[in-house]
Amino acid sequence: MTIDLTQFHDAFFEESFEALDSMETALLKLDIGAPDKELINTIFRVAHSIKGGSATFGFSDIASFTHSLETMLDELRSGGMQVTLAMSDLLLKSVDVMRAMLRAVQQKQPINSQRVSDLQFDLELMIAQKNSAPAAASVPPPAAPGPVAAAPAAVQAPVAMVSRRWEILFRPYPELFARGNDPLRMMRELAGLGELESNADVSALPAFADLEPQSCYLAWNLVLTGDVAESAIRQVFEWAEGDCDLQIELADGGPQAASPATIEDSTSEAVAVTSASAVGSPIAEEPAATAPAAVASVPAPPVVAAPVAPGPAAPPVAVAPQKADAVATVADSGSIRVSVEKIDELMNTVGELVITQAMLSQLGSKLEGPTAEKLRGGLAQLERNMRELQESVMRVRMLPINVVFSRFPRMVRDLAQRLGKHVELKLTGEQTELDKTVLEKIGDPLVHLVRNSIDHGIESPDKRAAAGKPASGTVHLDACHRGGNIAVEVSDDGGGLDKDRILAKARDRGLIGPNDVLTDEQVYDLIFLPGFSTAEKTTDVSGRGVGMDVVRRNIKELGGKIELRSDYGKGSKTIITLPLTLAIVDGQSVSVGSETYIVPLISIVESMQLKAADVSRLSGRGEVFSFRGFYLPIVRLYEIFGVEPHTKVLDEGLVVVAEGEGHQRIGLFVDDLLGQQQVVIKSLEANYGHVEGVSGATILGDGSVALILDIPGLIRAMSMRAAA
Amino acid sequence: MSSNAPVKNGKGPGEESHQVLTFVLGNETYGVDILRVQEIRGWSAVTKIPHAPPHVLGVLNLRGSIVPIVDLRMRFSLDRAEYTTVTVIIVVSVISAAGRRDFGVVVDGVSDVVDVNTAEVKAAPELGAKGATDYIRGLVPVSERMVVLLDIDRLIGSDLTSFSNSADETASAA
Repeated sequence: MTIDLTQFHDAFFEESFEALDSMETALLKLDIGAPDKELINTIFRVAHSIKGGSATFGFSDIASFTHSLETMLDELRSGGMQVTLAMSDLLLKSVDVMRAMLRAVQQKQPINSQRVSDLQFDLELMIAQKNSAPAAASVPPPAAPGPVAAAPAAVQAPVAMVSRRWEILFRPYPELFARGNDPLRMMRELAGLGELESNADVSALPAFADLEPQSCYLAWNLVLTGDVAESAIRQVFEWAEGDCDLQIELADGGPQAASPATIEDSTSEAVAVTSASAVGSPIAEEPAATAPAAVASVPAPPVVAAPVAPGPAAPPVAVAPQKADAVATVADSGSIRVSVEKIDELMNTVGELVITQAMLSQLGSKLEGPTAEKLRGGLAQLERNMRELQESVMRVRMLPINVVFSRFPRMVRDLAQRLGKHVELKLTGEQTELDKTVLEKIGDPLVHLVRNSIDHGIESPDKRAAAGKPASGTVHLDACHRGGNIAVEVSDDGGGLDKDRILAKARDRGLIGPNDVLTDEQVYDLIFLPGFSTAEKTTDVSGRGVGMDVVRRNIKELGGKIELRSDYGKGSKTIITLPLTLAIVDGQSVSVGSETYIVPLISIVESMQLKAADVSRLSGRGEVFSFRGFYLPIVRLYEIFGVEPHTKVLDEGLVVVAEGEGHQRIGLFVDDLLGQQQVVIKSLEANYGHVEGVSGATILGDGSVALILDIPGLIRAMSMRAAA
Repeated sequence: MSSNAPVKNGKGPGEESHQVLTFVLGNETYGVDILRVQEIRGWSAVTKIPHAPPHVLGVLNLRGSIVPIVDLRMRFSLDRAEYTTVTVIIVVSVISAAGRRDFGVVVDGVSDVVDVNTAEVKAAPELGAKGATDYIRGLVPVSERMVVLLDIDRLIGSDLTSFSNSADETASAA
C-alpha cells in the first residue's frame, strides 16, 4: 500500500516557501540578546516541518541540512545558546540556502552542494563551539541526520546525564487519524529516545459491529526510561497537539519539576508490555487480541491502515503534518486555497450579472401598472444584493500589501550593511488591501524606489552627523486608501534631490535648453527620463539610469500615477497612486454625437465650458486655451475618432482638462458630460485589436458598448499626427 | 441534380459530410461551417471604433465579451443594404495563430442548415486578381443553387489579426 507521494510535492513546496518567508520575518524581528521565545518557536517550527516534509519525500539533502539547523535552533530554544549577530546572519543565510535547495529540487535541478555543505559546516561549528566553551563536559553534538537523533542534542546542555522515568498518558481523540497522525510512528520515535514500555488502554473500544475503522479508540500508558527531556517527548507529540489528551510526568522525581497533573489509575483491561524495539507490531495486533468478540485480522486496520489508506483519506496524511505547523502560528486562520482562474471566472460572471441587472432595472422603470411597482421593489433589492456580491467577489482577490512589504526588512538590512549606512525601515499601513494583479506588479517598482532611497537618499553616518541628523536614516513605506485609490509612499530623511544638479545634467545632455525655466515638478520629472542618473558613480545597487523610467512605466501600466516630492537636505518622497483593482475603473462618461466614451477619472483634472474669448489659435497649427497660467492644446475628440458630433462650436460643448504622462495636459472637447460611474473593463483586443487612444471597452447599463479612453495614448497619437 | 444530391439533414451512406449554415447576401448564397457559428442574433446598434476599416462597423456586447461586427456586403463590395429589424448578425469564431476570436457578420438573412457532401465541393475558379478568392473554400450545389463555402479563418483572420497595421498594408498595396 504505497501512495504516490509526488502528488503532494506541489503542496509541500508551496507551503515550505511560505514557511521560509515567515521564518525570515521572524528572524528579522529577533532581538539580539533578548530573543522572544515565541519567535524562536516559530523559526524552529519552520525548520522542523521542512525537515519532516523533505524526509518524507526523500529529499535527503534538505533534510540533512535542516537537521543541523534544527539542532542549533533547539539550542536557542532551550536557552543553551544566545542569539548573536553572527548567528542571525547565519540563520538568514540558511533561509536562503533552504530556499535555493527547495527551488532546485522543485525544478529537478542539482543542488549547489558546496554552498550547502559550507553553511552546514558553519552551523555545526557554531554548535560545537558552544558545546566546548561553556559546558565543558557535554556530549558531542550528533551530526547524524534523522528525526530522532535531534532530540538528545537538545537535552544535553542544562541537565546532567540521569536516567529518568517518564510516565506518559496518551489518549488520542477518535479523529486522530483523520488529521494525519499515526500513533505507531510516535511510539517508534519515543522508543528511539529511550527504553519504552507501552500499555494499551482498550476500554473505549466498542463492540466489533460498532467499530468505525477510521477512528482511534485506543489510549496508551507509556513509560519511557532514559536521559530524555520533557521537551523532547513533547516534540514527538507536537503534531498531535490538540488531537489528544497528553500528560507527561516524571515518575522518579528527577531534577526537573514534574507537570502538576497526575496519572489516572490505569483502567486498562489488557496490559501488554513490550520491549522498546518491538513496539510496532504489538500495537497493531492488540485490538485484535483483546477486543470483545474480535476476529483476529479485522480490527487491525484502525491503527495501521487508516492513516495510509489511499483515496479520499490519503491527502491529509502527507500534507497535514506541515499544514499543522504552518497553521499553528496563525491559530486556525480558516482559509482555503483557490486558484486565481476560478476567481477570475467568478468575477466575470458577476460582471455579467451586474450588466443584466442594469438592463432589467431600465426595463422595469418603463413598465406601468400595479405589478410593475412590485417589480421595481424587487429590482431595487436585486441591485443592492448585486453590489454587495460584486464587492465581496472583488475582496476575494484582495491581499494585504504586507505580502510585498515583507520582503523589505531583509533587503534594507543587507543593503545598508553593504553600503555601510545605518538605515531603519518603517512600515505602516501593511494591512491595506490591493488587488492581487496590482500587488504582483508593484513589487519591483517599490524595490527600486527603496534601493534608490538607501543608495542615493540616505547619507553616510558621518555626513548625517555633519548635517546634524541622527546617524541612522529612516526609510518609510506607507500604504493607505485615498479616495477610491491606494496611495503607496516611499519616503526617506536623506539628502533629497539636488535640483541644480539635475538641471545641470539635463542641460549637459541637451534634454532642456540652457535658458529653460522649469517648475519643481518638471525638474523632478526629468528623473523619470530613460537613461537619466545623477549618481556620481554607478554602484552595483543603482545609478545606471535605467530604472526610474521603468518604474514609471510599470506604474502607468497599472493605471497609476507616480509623483516625486523632495526637500533638498531633508529628504524625498515618492507617492504612487494606484487603482484598487484592474478590473474596474472610475470613469466619467462623455458623449460625442451618438457615441459615449468613458474618460478614467484618474486622468481628469477639471471640466469646464470655454468662452470663445479664452481660445486662441496658434499659427494655424491648432487651438490653445489658458488654464491656470498654462496654455493647453484643445483636442477635438470627434476629429480624432472620426465621428459626427452634435456641435463643433467650442462654447456649445464642454472641455475636459485631462492629464497624461508627466503633467502633460490637454483640453478634450466633447459634446456633453453624462455622469460618473464605475465601469468594468473589458478587453477590446481579445476579439479585435489595439486601437490608438483607447484602453478598453465597457458595457453600459443598456447593454451597449462604450470605449474607454486612454489619455496618454491620445496625447501620443496627437503629437504623432502633428509631426506627420 | 443527381440522385445523391445532399438532402437536408440526410447523409449519404459512407460519405464524409458536414453541416453548413447558409445565408443570403443579395442574390448570392453563402455557407459557413456550423461548428464555427456561436450565435445568431438580430441587428442592434453598434459602437463605432475609431480608425477601423470601413467594413468593420463597430463592436457589440455579446454576453459580456466585446465582439467586432463586420458587414459582409461591404467586405465583398456588394451594394449596401439598409440595416432593418430583420437584418441578422451571425456570430462566428475564427481560429488563428493568435487564438480564438469571435466576431459577428451582418447578412441579409439566414436560410438553412444543410449537409454538404465533401466530395461534391468544387474548387472556386480564379477570378481576376490572384488571391481574390482565397477565402472561398469551395462551391457546392444545394437544391439547384450554388452555395459559396467560406473559409472564415482566411476571410476575417487575415483581416482582424493584423489589424493595427492593416491600414499601412492596404495603403502600400494600393
